[in-house]
Amino acid sequence: MVLEFTPQGIYCPAGDFFIDPWRPVDRALITHGHADHARPGHQRYLATDLAAPVMRHRLGDIALETIAYGESRKIGDARVSFHPAGHVPGSAQIRLEVSGEIWVVSGDYKTEADRLSTPFEPLRCHGFVTESTFGLPVFNWPRENQVAAEINAWWADNAAQGVFSLLGAYALGKAQRVLSLLDPDIAPILTHGAVENTNAVLRGQGLQLPDTIQVTPDTQARDYPGALIIAPPGALNSTWARRFRPASTGFASGWMRLRGVRRRRAADRGFVISGHADWAGLNMAIRETGAENIYVTHGYTDIFKRWLTSQGYNAKVVPTEFTGETLDEAASE
Amino acid sequence: MKRFAALFTAIDQTTKTNAKVAALAAYFRDAPDDDKLWTIALFSGRRPRRAVTTTRLREWAAERAGIPLWLFEESYPIVGDLAETIALVLPAPTATHDDSLTTWIMRLRALDTADDSARMAAVLDAWDQMLPTERMVFNKLLTGGFRVGISRKLMTRALAQATGRDEAELAHRLMGDWTPDSTSFHDLIESPDSTAQASRPYPFCLAHGLDDTPDTLGPPTDWLAEWKWDGIRGQVIVRQGTHFVWSRGEELMTDRFPEFADAAEILPDGTVLDGELLAFDGSAPLPFNALQKRIGRKTVPKTLLTEAPVILMAYDLLEDNGQDLRHLPFATRRARLDTMLANLPAEAPIRASQPLTFTDWSDLANQRADARTHRAEGVMLKHKDSPYHAGRKKGDWWKWKLDPLTLDAVMIYAQQGHGRRANLFTDFTFAVWDGNDLVPFTKAYSGLTDAEFRQITAWVRKNTLQRFGPVRQVRPEHVFEIAFEGIAPSPRHKSGVALRFPRMKRWRHDKPVAEANTLQDLRDMLAQFG
Repeated sequence: MVLEFTPQGIYCPAGDFFIDPWRPVDRALITHGHADHARPGHQRYLATDLAAPVMRHRLGDIALETIAYGESRKIGDARVSFHPAGHVPGSAQIRLEVSGEIWVVSGDYKTEADRLSTPFEPLRCHGFVTESTFGLPVFNWPRENQVAAEINAWWADNAAQGVFSLLGAYALGKAQRVLSLLDPDIAPILTHGAVENTNAVLRGQGLQLPDTIQVTPDTQARDYPGALIIAPPGALNSTWARRFRPASTGFASGWMRLRGVRRRRAADRGFVISGHADWAGLNMAIRETGAENIYVTHGYTDIFKRWLTSQGYNAKVVPTEFTGETLDEAASE
Repeated sequence: MKRFAALFTAIDQTTKTNAKVAALAAYFRDAPDDDKLWTIALFSGRRPRRAVTTTRLREWAAERAGIPLWLFEESYPIVGDLAETIALVLPAPTATHDDSLTTWIMRLRALDTADDSARMAAVLDAWDQMLPTERMVFNKLLTGGFRVGISRKLMTRALAQATGRDEAELAHRLMGDWTPDSTSFHDLIESPDSTAQASRPYPFCLAHGLDDTPDTLGPPTDWLAEWKWDGIRGQVIVRQGTHFVWSRGEELMTDRFPEFADAAEILPDGTVLDGELLAFDGSAPLPFNALQKRIGRKTVPKTLLTEAPVILMAYDLLEDNGQDLRHLPFATRRARLDTMLANLPAEAPIRASQPLTFTDWSDLANQRADARTHRAEGVMLKHKDSPYHAGRKKGDWWKWKLDPLTLDAVMIYAQQGHGRRANLFTDFTFAVWDGNDLVPFTKAYSGLTDAEFRQITAWVRKNTLQRFGPVRQVRPEHVFEIAFEGIAPSPRHKSGVALRFPRMKRWRHDKPVAEANTLQDLRDMLAQFG
């Protein structure tokens, strides 16, 4: 086996390293900087140069080596390279080759291109480790341009009525993706501190984002009529958000595809934006690997495995501690 | 259809009541009359007959989506809404249409007489020309359940805004057994009211719950009190030589209660009584479950008629001699009611609910404590000067209910909810101890906060012992205080009892499982209150 699924995480014996481990290990290869994949406490880290700034921001002073997309490196008896996963800026699929057998650990991925991340690159392999966060046929994403038009129309309409637009989006990845879709001519864009910190990191590595103004205790809402405010979902119903009244609330997530979930969040509007592949994307990515053996990590694992088996794959569910895109505040997506 | 789908979207896209009403009012200003009429019908629970089974719809949708049926079935509970699940799995449409809501409803009704293959062809064809929201609305028309966060009251308010008519008058016009086939928008809403149907009931006046003691209500002499009966609220109408029995749910129940067959002979023409339909043994009400046996039956066998005869316990007179009395003070209406009923023969199935005499509030509180022995749920308080309001208006009518019965029980099964509660475990089965065994005795769905439902959902996912389809058997670890309004023997339940309106009152984090109540406790309650 090129990879073993252990209680510490996904392990490569030939190279003696782990991929996105959830217990402290000596050597960790990290697909991307979200908290369920990049955890503190490892001795050594390896990640893409594009993922590094966010990881340092989140994890502090870690022993972090970087690698460019497509660059090949030998670790023990394993040949390792990182390839774009299209999930967030710097996110990678990790390709491993041991004695001519090729495996790919895709981490979290999205097959449709967006305006910030390096687009997903399909890889041929024998064994493919895939997520299944949205592994049900009801999850099919609208085109990004269509969602951008929906958000801007909602915002412009609110602004015209003198109503603030409060939009919930996770601080790393989702918030910036939303920013990349906004039409800055409508009104000012304000941000919660958690969002602005990540903005600063990503701007620092050269990503283009529209101008934003961080909300501080001194911020007077009346100075920014019609503003759109991006905040982590948890801040939306907090006292922090109360200064922006009257407001229409929105929430950006793949889960917004489901009406029941949106109504439970009591948001006025739900915008279907996800860093994860939809049903068609998952199936296409798996098909294009040419792999026979598919390992399903997090999401609708049992259902997705059964589906893959019915399609002729040799599919297995492997338990991990990844969470994918969740609606819970504690999770990082 | 596009206009109606846009209305659906507008209502769905806001959590603010005023915005929902405004969207609906705008629709009522612009839409063609037949669409308006159908919209009123749909939002007041009148829907076209189901022409296609949901089983077939699932099969067709899965086939069109190119997925196996089991995968569709796995997806449905996660989405929580069948109409939506179908809309989400279908491929993008290849055609467009510009047909109205009414046109589509007519097409759908034509399926009633079509054979299966023609139905399938028609439904697939419809799906293929509709956008996702239209599909969802169309599927809801096909499957029936049309709950979109607009209550009938909000719809009536929107209609009032759009037409400039009085809300209470409109509420009255919308009552009764009209259908879009039997009337038109003009006749229903706009015409002078002389054509009102003989059967039309009045909108029921509803009471608010009194949480505290009535001390804040002012002098007791301003109020009339009576038992709060535990039956079905209903109106008995005698007009044009015939009679009608309506439930508060606006179901015409005349045929289910043959007891009132001679109502048109014993009551004067042009009479409307408001009261409680009760199973009654000649001197006192029978437990609610005696009445329950009657409700489900459209035709009543003779044995049941003698076992559980039904009467109207009348407490208000809404129409006398064809005159609408609702504007008169309650004390006046009540006096006229007593006069009218005094002339009835003793065996008549209509009795006047007797006022409770009391000197002060504490006297009434003492009588209320005794309500269960009178088979009442508590006490009703009605202001002597109050008119008969349309709907629920605070201040004039109060229900002062008894505290519910309670029991501590162990959660043993959990199931996911639907709609807004999809993906959350909200439907639970509870058990009490019988020696070392846990015996299930009730289900409950309500009473917890959203945060508690999230918490218990996370717990259920990690503590499932076994799955039976959608039902999960969970580790017996959590105790809940179950509140209920009544208890009755039931041979159909393993525990031998059936509860009335059970709900979760409290999550007893402080209580170990071993200290939950026992089957014997339940039997003792049955002996005392059943």
